[in-house]
Amino acid sequence: MSDDIDIKDKAAWDAAEKVADYEHGWSSDIETDFAPKGLNEDTVRFISAKKNEPEWMLQWRLKAFAMWKTMEAPDWAKLNVPPIDYQDAYYYAAPKAKPKLNSLDEVDPEILRVYEKLGIPIAEQKLLAGVEGGEDGGLPQRRVAVDAVFDSVSVATTFRAELERAGVIFRSISEAIKEYPDLVRKYLGKIVPMRDNYFATLNCAVFSDGTFVYIPEGVRCPMELSTYFRINAENTGQFERTLIIADKGSYVSYLEGCTAPMRDENQLHAAVVELVTLDDAEIKYSTVQNWYPGDAEGKGGIYNFVTKRALCQGRNSKVSWTQVETGSAVTWKYPSCVLNGENSVGEFYSVAVTNNYQQADTGTKMIHNGKGSRSTIVSKGISAGHSNNTYRGLVRVAPNAEGVRNFTQCDSLLLGSLSGAHTVPYIEVRNPSAQIEHEATTSKISDDQMFYAMQRGLNAEEAVALIVNGFAKEVLQQLPMEFAVEAQKLLGISLEGSVG
Amino acid sequence: MLEINNLHANVGDKPILKGLTLSLGAGEIHAIMGPNGAGKSTLGYVLSGRPGYEVTEGSVTFNGQDLLALEPHERAAAGLFLGFQYPVEIPGVSNVQFLREALNAQRKVRGEAPLSGAEFLKVAREQAGALGMDMDMLKRPVNVGFSGGEKKRNEMVQMGIIDPALAILDETDSGLDIDALRTVGDGINRIMRRPDKAVLLITHYQRLLDYVKPDFVHVLDGGRITRTGGAELALELERDGYKELAA
Repeated sequence: MSDDIDIKDKAAWDAAEKVADYEHGWSSDIETDFAPKGLNEDTVRFISAKKNEPEWMLQWRLKAFAMWKTMEAPDWAKLNVPPIDYQDAYYYAAPKAKPKLNSLDEVDPEILRVYEKLGIPIAEQKLLAGVEGGEDGGLPQRRVAVDAVFDSVSVATTFRAELERAGVIFRSISEAIKEYPDLVRKYLGKIVPMRDNYFATLNCAVFSDGTFVYIPEGVRCPMELSTYFRINAENTGQFERTLIIADKGSYVSYLEGCTAPMRDENQLHAAVVELVTLDDAEIKYSTVQNWYPGDAEGKGGIYNFVTKRALCQGRNSKVSWTQVETGSAVTWKYPSCVLNGENSVGEFYSVAVTNNYQQADTGTKMIHNGKGSRSTIVSKGISAGHSNNTYRGLVRVAPNAEGVRNFTQCDSLLLGSLSGAHTVPYIEVRNPSAQIEHEATTSKISDDQMFYAMQRGLNAEEAVALIVNGFAKEVLQQLPMEFAVEAQKLLGISLEGSVG
Repeated sequence: MLEINNLHANVGDKPILKGLTLSLGAGEIHAIMGPNGAGKSTLGYVLSGRPGYEVTEGSVTFNGQDLLALEPHERAAAGLFLGFQYPVEIPGVSNVQFLREALNAQRKVRGEAPLSGAEFLKVAREQAGALGMDMDMLKRPVNVGFSGGEKKRNEMVQMGIIDPALAILDETDSGLDIDALRTVGDGINRIMRRPDKAVLLITHYQRLLDYVKPDFVHVLDGGRITRTGGAELALELERDGYKELAA
C-alpha cells in the first residue's frame, strides 16, 4: 500500500510543482499534500485516513461511494456542462502545515497573504472604512469569527475561546467528527440524505473539510461566524461539508465567502450544507460566491454544484438564506427550506450575476409541511454577455399544512442583447387554505438611465454598477454590513466589460 | 466659455442641427427658444454627448477644450451639467448615493479628493433646503415616485450639489406650477448667476425668463440660430409667435 501511494505521490508532486510555477491568477506557492489523482475506494480511504476519522465515518463514506457509482448526473437544469472526468482530478489537497493550529499566528504566512490579497477580514480587528452612513457617525466595531478552508482543509478558526465561553461550538467538521461524534451523527446526512442527488452523494464520499456549528439552547451567538473557502491547487475538487445546528431559542448569523484563482481548466466544487433549527431558533446564512468564472471566452472556471438545505424542525423556527452569486462558470444551487415546524419561516434572497459565458441555474425550494409556515423568495437575476441565468424554484404545500403563505418575486435584468434570463417556478399546493403569490419582471438597463448617470459624472461601468446595485438592493440589504459592501463591489467587478 | 461653431448633427440618419453657431461668455445667461422640432433638445444632448447624436460637422470648445472629443462623464467632470426635460428614474438607488458617487467620480477625474459621507451630506442638506426639498426626499430612490414638479426641483438640487460651470437646462420650467417656477428660477440665479459661470436655458415660454433674466435670447429654427436679441426678444416672441417672426 505504501509503495503504491509513493508512486502516485510522485505524480502529485509534479502537479504541486506545476502549481508553484503557475504564472496567472493568484495561485500561491504553498506546499501542498495531495491525495493520489483519481477517484476510487482507495481515494475515499485515503481521505478518511488523512483525517484520522473513526471507523463509522469511513463506512459512511464508503457506502456513499458505492451508491454514487450507481447514480447519474442530473440533466434537468438549463445548463450546458461538458462531461466531467471524475478520474482526472485530485480529491484531497491540503497545505503542508502543522497538524493543528491554535491561532492565526501559526498559519502559513503565505496563506494569510492570499487571504489578505482577497481583502478578507481574517484579521480580527479589521473594520471597514468608507461605508455609507457617515451621517450617523462610524460603525460600531464588529467582530467576526473565521474558519478558513484552504483547498481541502480548515487552516484556522478564530475566536474559539470566546465562543466556547458562550457554549458555541465552532469547529472544522473534521474536528467535530472526532470531538462531538454524537452530535454529528445525529444530524449528518439527515437534512440532505446521502442519496439526495448525484453531487451530494459524491460529497458524502469525498468531503474533505468544512464547518461545524452548534449553538446551544437559548444562546444568541455573540458574533458573526464566517468561513472562507478557497480552491488553490490545480485540478482539485473541493467538497466541503457544513453542518449548523441551532438548538431551541438560539440565533446565529453565518457568512460564507468563496474564491478561487484563475485556471484554464475547469475545477469541480460540490459542497453540501445542512442546517437545522429547533423551536424558536433562527439561522441567518449569507453567501458571497466569487469562484473564478472563467475568462471572457468561457475558458476555465469553477463548476459549482452545491446542495444546501435547511430543516426548520421546531415551531417558530426560521432560516434565512441570502446569496450573492457572481462567480463560477456553472452554478447549480438551490438553497432550500423544509418547513416542518408550526409557524416556521423560510426566506431566500438571491442575486445571481452572469457575464461572458457563465451559466447559472439557481433558486430555492420551500417545502411547507408545518401549519402556518411562511416563506419569502426574492430573486434578482442579472445577465450580461453571452450568459444564461435561470431562476428555478419550488413552493410546495403539504395537504395537512393549514394557513401557509408564500410570496415570491423574481426579477431579471438583461444587459446587452445576447444574454438570457429564464424563470421556472413550480408551485404545488395541496391545501386550499394556502396563499401563494408570485411576481416576476424582466427588464433591461435603459439608455436613458445610462446616459443620465453618465451625464452626472459616472463612467459607463460605474453607471452599470450603480444601476445594478439599485436593482439588487432588496437582497443586498439583507447581508451583514461587511458583506454588503464587498458584494456591492463584486457586482460592479463581475459586470466589467459588459457595456460599451 | 462655450464656442459652438457651424455645428451639424444627426439623430440616426436625420440631420437636426444644420450649421448652428453660438458663443457663451462667462457670467452670461442665454435663452434658446424656438418651435417644436427645431432642435433645441438635440442641442442639449449633442453638447452633453448622448450616444446616438452624431456630430457630422463643426466644432465645440468649452474653456478652450475640444468638448466633442470627451466622453459624457468627462464633459460632466469638465463642468457641464444638463438639466433633463424628463429626469430619469433609477429604482433602488437613493438620491444621496447617486449624487455622492457622481460627484466623487467627477472629483476623481479632476484629481480632487473624494468628499466624505459627512461632507457630502452637509452640501446636500444645504442645497435641498435652499430649494425647499426635505432630506427624506433625498434619501428616496432617484426620481422614483416623484411628481413632474418634484423631478424638476430635484434637477436643481443636483445642479446645486454638483456646482457646474455651465448648465444647459432643457425645459426645466415645463410642468411647474407658479410657486415651483419661482423656486426653480431663484435656484438658477443663486447657483449659476456668477461671473465664472454660464447658463443655456432651453425653453418654450417667456414665463421662466420673468425670474431668470437672460442676457441674450436666441431663436433656434430649422437647426440653426435665426435671430439673436436681448431679453426683449422673448417678449416679442411671446406676443407674435415664431411664425410671425419667420415671415
